[in-house]
Amino acid sequence: MRSAFWAAATLGVVLGGSSPVPVAADTSEVDTAHTVHIKDFAFVPKRLRIRPGETVRFVNGDDEAHTVTAVDKSFDSAGLDSDRSWNHVFAKAGTYEYFCELHPYMKGTIEVTR
Amino acid sequence: MKRAAFLDHVSWTGAGIVWTLGAAGVLRAIPAEAAASHTGGFSFVQISDSHIGFTRPENPDVAATLQKTVDAINALPQQPAFVMHTGDITHLATPAQFDAAKQILSTLRAPLVTLPGEHDVIGTPANYFAAFGNADAPKGWSSWDRGGIHFLSLVNVFDFEISGKLGDEQLAFAENDLAAQKASTPIVVFAHVPLFALFPDWGWTTIDGTRLIAALRRFDAATVLNGHVHQVAQHTDGNIRFATASATAYPQPAPGTAPKPGPLMVPHEALLGRLGYRSVTIEPRRGLQYTDRALA
Repeated sequence: MRSAFWAAATLGVVLGGSSPVPVAADTSEVDTAHTVHIKDFAFVPKRLRIRPGETVRFVNGDDEAHTVTAVDKSFDSAGLDSDRSWNHVFAKAGTYEYFCELHPYMKGTIEVTR
Repeated sequence: MKRAAFLDHVSWTGAGIVWTLGAAGVLRAIPAEAAASHTGGFSFVQISDSHIGFTRPENPDVAATLQKTVDAINALPQQPAFVMHTGDITHLATPAQFDAAKQILSTLRAPLVTLPGEHDVIGTPANYFAAFGNADAPKGWSSWDRGGIHFLSLVNVFDFEISGKLGDEQLAFAENDLAAQKASTPIVVFAHVPLFALFPDWGWTTIDGTRLIAALRRFDAATVLNGHVHQVAQHTDGNIRFATASATAYPQPAPGTAPKPGPLMVPHEALLGRLGYRSVTIEPRRGLQYTDRALA
């Protein structure tokens, strides 16, 4: 689900304006927003299907810090504090397994298909 | 919270293991005054889990509570031989957080020794090594002798899977190192994540810790001191005693008392009673003893 708040934040990134959250350098071309919420030590949804070139925003709604780290290390949010978010563009088709480095039992999958 | 209440609070039963405090032959808490009166005995201090950079309501000023811990240690009548920080010095392993932690810890009168927690090596251990790297421990682990004790400082967060992990290379180092020691030499092992199965459901264990425990069995007295769980939990297995330490940042729930681990909100006035440090002494006839002391 996509809230007006996050859509606005995304727009800020596109226009190069200031953003309330730290964003990665690879988020300049945002066309479709998908959000994975981190809540109660879990990625929700655990499995997300998107198209190549789409962006996923990971939002940490927990009291605890987490990371969004690819199992193959192809992407890594670094430490993501409470109430912070991180964007990543999935350019190529494929199945991307990821986890939290601090709580490795937290796992998720992004499926990128044409 | 008074010290007695603090100690009372940390005695609990869980996961089929009975946790004891002050029982004969286990871990005795001795009054601070008694510890201070034994001048000449060798002592060191353990601190843990400072999480510099954490700003949540559970403790909005983790720098202040770390400084308070340092001040309390500096005020000890007999300065410890060293202060060991058993990891999670920072919350998110950023250079700025390491700098801030270093500034506070540099005010310790006693020498500082550190090992990393999983929060100190998020993404890469490079920032940890840049701030606290030690030529004697190029890979993070090391051993040394001091005060008649053989010390082993281990890192079980470099390959942090579901639980702590030491890995084959480090286990081989530890096994060879221990094999060279006499059985009568007291052994003290430090690591961030508990080396015993404290609460595997929350990852509070080291998956290959049993190999290290096997190497410790032949010693008359081995003590394993860990952090990670932000509370004092104790366990005895033959001649091996295990104890996790309080944090200087914030408490965590006792195992199984919450859906997940994480910062535990306590009333503001109770916070200092849940944070603290551990002072450890060794004397010829009494052996190794320690006291967990709350900040209030």
